[in-house]
Amino acid sequence: MTPNAPDSYAATSCRTPGTVGDSAPRPDGPLKVRGAFAYSSDLEAEDMLWGTTLRSPHPRARILSVDTAAALALPGVHAVLTHRDVPGRNLHGSMVVDQPVLAVDTVRYEGEPVAVVAAEDPETARRAAELVRVAYEVLPPVTDAEAALTPDSPAVHDGGNLLRHVPLRRGRAARGEPLTADVVVRGVYEVGMQDQAFLGPESGLAVPDPDGGVSLHVATQWLHVDHDQVVAALGLPREKVRLHLAGVGGAFGAREDLSMHAHACLLALRTGRPVKMCYTREESFVGHVHRHPAKMAYEHGATRDGRLVYVKASIVLDGGAYSSSSPAVAGTVATCSLGPYEVPDAEVDVRVVYTNNPPCGAMRGFGAVQSCFGYESQMDRLARELGMDPVELRIRNAVAEGSAVANGQVLDHPAPVAELLRRVRDRPMPPAAPPEGAHLARTASRGESVVRGVGYAVGFKNVGFVEGFDDYSTARVRLESTGGQARAVVTSAAAEVGQGVVTVQAQIARTELGVEQVTVEFGDSSFGSAGPSSSSRQTYVTGGAVKAAAEAVRARVLERADRLLGRPGTATGLSGGAVTGPGGRVLCKLADVLGDEAVEETVEWHHRPTFPLDPHTGQGDSVFQFAFAAHRAVVDVDTELGLVRTVEIATAQDVGKAVNPQALLGQIHGGTVQGLGLALMEEIRTEGGLMQNPSFTDYLIPTVHDVPPMHVDVLELADPHAPYGVRGVGEPPNISSPAAVAAAVRDATGLDLPRIPLRLEDVAGLTRTPGSGVR
Amino acid sequence: MSLPATMDFLLPDRLDDALDALAARPGTLPVAGGTDVMVRLSRGRERPPAAVDLTRIPCLARWEREAGVVRLGAAVPYTRLADELAGPLPGLAAAARTVGSRQIRNRGTVGGALGTAWAAGDVHPMLLALGAEVELVSARGARRVPVREFYTGPGRTVRAPDELIRAVRVPEAEGPQSYAKAGRRGALVVATCSFAAALWPSRGTVGTGIGGAADTPLPALEAERFVAGELAGRRLWQSLEPLPDGVLTRFGELAAAAVSPADDVRGSAAYRRHAVAVLARRALGWVWDDYRADARAKEETCA
Amino acid sequence: MRLTLTVNGERHDIDAVAGTESLLSVLRRRLGLSGAKNACEQGQCGSCSVHLDGVLVCACLVPAPQAHGRSVETVEGLAGEDGPHPVQEAFLACGAVQCGFCTPGMLKSTEDLLRRCPDPGEAEIKDALAGNLCRCTGYGHILDAVRLAAARTRALEARP
Repeated sequence: MTPNAPDSYAATSCRTPGTVGDSAPRPDGPLKVRGAFAYSSDLEAEDMLWGTTLRSPHPRARILSVDTAAALALPGVHAVLTHRDVPGRNLHGSMVVDQPVLAVDTVRYEGEPVAVVAAEDPETARRAAELVRVAYEVLPPVTDAEAALTPDSPAVHDGGNLLRHVPLRRGRAARGEPLTADVVVRGVYEVGMQDQAFLGPESGLAVPDPDGGVSLHVATQWLHVDHDQVVAALGLPREKVRLHLAGVGGAFGAREDLSMHAHACLLALRTGRPVKMCYTREESFVGHVHRHPAKMAYEHGATRDGRLVYVKASIVLDGGAYSSSSPAVAGTVATCSLGPYEVPDAEVDVRVVYTNNPPCGAMRGFGAVQSCFGYESQMDRLARELGMDPVELRIRNAVAEGSAVANGQVLDHPAPVAELLRRVRDRPMPPAAPPEGAHLARTASRGESVVRGVGYAVGFKNVGFVEGFDDYSTARVRLESTGGQARAVVTSAAAEVGQGVVTVQAQIARTELGVEQVTVEFGDSSFGSAGPSSSSRQTYVTGGAVKAAAEAVRARVLERADRLLGRPGTATGLSGGAVTGPGGRVLCKLADVLGDEAVEETVEWHHRPTFPLDPHTGQGDSVFQFAFAAHRAVVDVDTELGLVRTVEIATAQDVGKAVNPQALLGQIHGGTVQGLGLALMEEIRTEGGLMQNPSFTDYLIPTVHDVPPMHVDVLELADPHAPYGVRGVGEPPNISSPAAVAAAVRDATGLDLPRIPLRLEDVAGLTRTPGSGVR
Repeated sequence: MSLPATMDFLLPDRLDDALDALAARPGTLPVAGGTDVMVRLSRGRERPPAAVDLTRIPCLARWEREAGVVRLGAAVPYTRLADELAGPLPGLAAAARTVGSRQIRNRGTVGGALGTAWAAGDVHPMLLALGAEVELVSARGARRVPVREFYTGPGRTVRAPDELIRAVRVPEAEGPQSYAKAGRRGALVVATCSFAAALWPSRGTVGTGIGGAADTPLPALEAERFVAGELAGRRLWQSLEPLPDGVLTRFGELAAAAVSPADDVRGSAAYRRHAVAVLARRALGWVWDDYRADARAKEETCA
Repeated sequence: MRLTLTVNGERHDIDAVAGTESLLSVLRRRLGLSGAKNACEQGQCGSCSVHLDGVLVCACLVPAPQAHGRSVETVEGLAGEDGPHPVQEAFLACGAVQCGFCTPGMLKSTEDLLRRCPDPGEAEIKDALAGNLCRCTGYGHILDAVRLAAARTRALEARP
């Protein structure tokens, strides 16, 4: 082989399409529009059984006995399993291992799994589950998070109801001095329980393997943390349990914990047949964790000219019956509790509490949503108190690069908070006339009592895992020649949940290797971990891993090209399927350099280290990157009936680098709308621990009619520590939008509205709030 | 309680066969669009011994107009009602357009809504305001029941187990009608509460109906009596003056006095009581203002 | 019962269909056509939208026996011999697909809209999609896709 640079080839070597910065199309798009993409609920196997779960109807009860005889006797039933049939550790939990795989002698929330059944078809499985007789001694549930902290509350778990307390002390508070200021405003704010409400239900297929192990195909955000827990429950050697990513129909945090994973594996191993489990929508509502309800008492002190002096806050999160990611959520609430503002003194206590309510854990925004509603409500209140423009007050106190945030961490990357606020403020207002396309189901007004309101909010959150947790990612990049064309194969276990990490990985490989044809393969649990598809981290961390692996591949290829060309140091880059030299001059065809000897590198890539929070002061460099966004919401409110129509939303976000502008916009639109939903309609209601609305009939997520025109302003201020300068983008849109929408409704109604989601009766002014009311 | 494992599904194309099926096995479930019953059937929450399909019986899928009344076959879906009958039944068409989504309206029917008799169903208030009559038929014979006597409790009606809702007879509009619905979402939402108003100039009355604010849909009888008296006493039919604010407000208060709402995830009882008053006031104002505008337009055309 | 129906032009005979079974279940479990999705099975999300005798319905709310002798069109039947349907192309071009679980239903609702109304306004588009929930996109790119599909369909039809 003589690598030469034919003239005819030079023309194609300029630029590779679909690289970083392009709106490259999703590789899974064509399958998805044909209805041919295999989601976890679409999987089937020869000779497959169906599994179902018997769940507790009580939020708190002792199990006196479980009788499975009648269920087992039903024709078509192959197995009925209880906790006695769990061969390994009958506990799971992604952080604290406190949740039974199947309940033993106590149930702690409505919907807790007690037994699982495998049968020939789902109807038989369901009827068999109805035939399992469970005798319960029903106990009064612990349903109020604050009351759960009192000494006379029953304990949900041995060891008490306080799951984590994160204290944060800065400035005078850290020195034990009193906090005083010229102007003080106080408020108590609440956030209700939001559900991720992904569309693809929890589901998967467990297939027994000939070696006595099992393969589970499941929709998840992180195969490896699931794998650890399933291995423990099954009591099998790690290598005998294999987890594969099935198609994921949305996640938003709700797939960070186990749902049917261990259950399906247990049934498959017991019956020796493949077992499919697929939750119904009602079951899905009890089958995953939710956003923590929060009660937040805030006190802000400021100077008369609007400089924040101190913040005091006491925040209680309802963690529900099991820990899930509650400890980390509490940490995020604390770290984000002051907002993206300069606050010299702070005294904040965040407590997350066990109750017998539905378990809460990860949801997009992960605690930063709740605290943003608290501090931004306070900023508006302070602006009113001072007679200041609310945006001006925010700008005056905004952090910037070099500022310290609540955990004392100095921002060492761009933090354009003031600029984001200015951008949403300076955008022209929408016309006064209502937007086209009247609401279909709202025939209640011909314009009577409709008042326009405008609200602003800015929010921030850490990207990736924090407090010393090393959420590294592993990527393998292989560059090979097939049919005379160079192509790259990228492998990682990064879960594609809809966000587009599969597209991003391909774009990075194209960028680094200058090849157009890239295949992204999903690694299973035997491949190295990619960390979770959560916390806005995959583009940064798995992106970093793919970039590093591709760079290593490129270095080897360039070396080989130098050798083949016989001129060391000549080959400097890869572009357009060619090896290039200085000035982008094409030296030879990449495929010729590769020949039949592929180049492959695997890299485990770590972001810069983070450190724990001081247990007494909550101070520490716990975060490797913060991300910021601002929203302006314009609403029309029928003030008599409490009906809200969002007229327009403007948002500005710093993304560091827009790796895929189209996908980025999709994230910003989608996240903003989830926030709008939290402000106006999305709430799981419980009474006595019992869920009142586990259906899409009464758990309302925004329809196309609820979504206004959206204006997105993207800033690209590179983070010098991040690959390509990227900044996590998934969560910021969801953090400040609820607060902005609520602020706009306040502006229209003149009501305090200290709680989201806003209910009709709240907006109509029929709800009395202790200590407040019409302002 | 153990449910039967199977359920026969009969597919008659003649009404008599459907009636025979209902007579033969008590508890047989008539199914038209399935939008209500499938939610219960597919989860095993309800397991009747048999179901009978109504979508193959031609007479149920037809409507006809005779002597100022639309006879609407029980299996005419909402989409067709809204598209084909907006002229004679503007209020019912408007209410039908707020039901669920297009997919639901393509299947759901007025007959099905009457069979389910869900208090928050969108067409009930207007049926009440229009003074519709329900045609019930069984192997024993046929009868007509005014819709105001049809609902007997939550999900309960006067329909006997062997009876089928064959049609609903709805008087054609002789004046403006409006359906005012309050819900927490812009589409695809169950009414937290709703109010229907229909003007009947020939009788000098306003028909009303309230949804979502009691165990059953119900008319605002006191409000109807009050406004009929005010319209006559103030000679407003002749003068075509606006309704005084005091009358509108009182009408709303009387409507709210008729309800006995519950607290639930869609809204508090206090909200419903309040909102019914607002919706009633607005709906009455709209139909009266529209009537005045129509009358003036007519005068101008004649002059 | 024995159910006979036509799906995407192909006739199927299916034995032992339960009276309580939905058309969605028959499509997914009996015929292996998993394009129509099972997100809520209460008619509240639209992800199982199909055409039944040309009428857009939620397959989860159709008792399977009611489909006896009728014709069903699913997302799998959208693409023609000569390639993807313009609606499918538009969804890809506009980035209207994220997790994609709502996509089959969205495509069917859009196809239905353009059959009824080749030049839809904003209100008509929103009314047509109001029964299809999407949790990922916030609908922005989906609305773009519907507009693009409408324009492309009109352009195709305008050709001589």
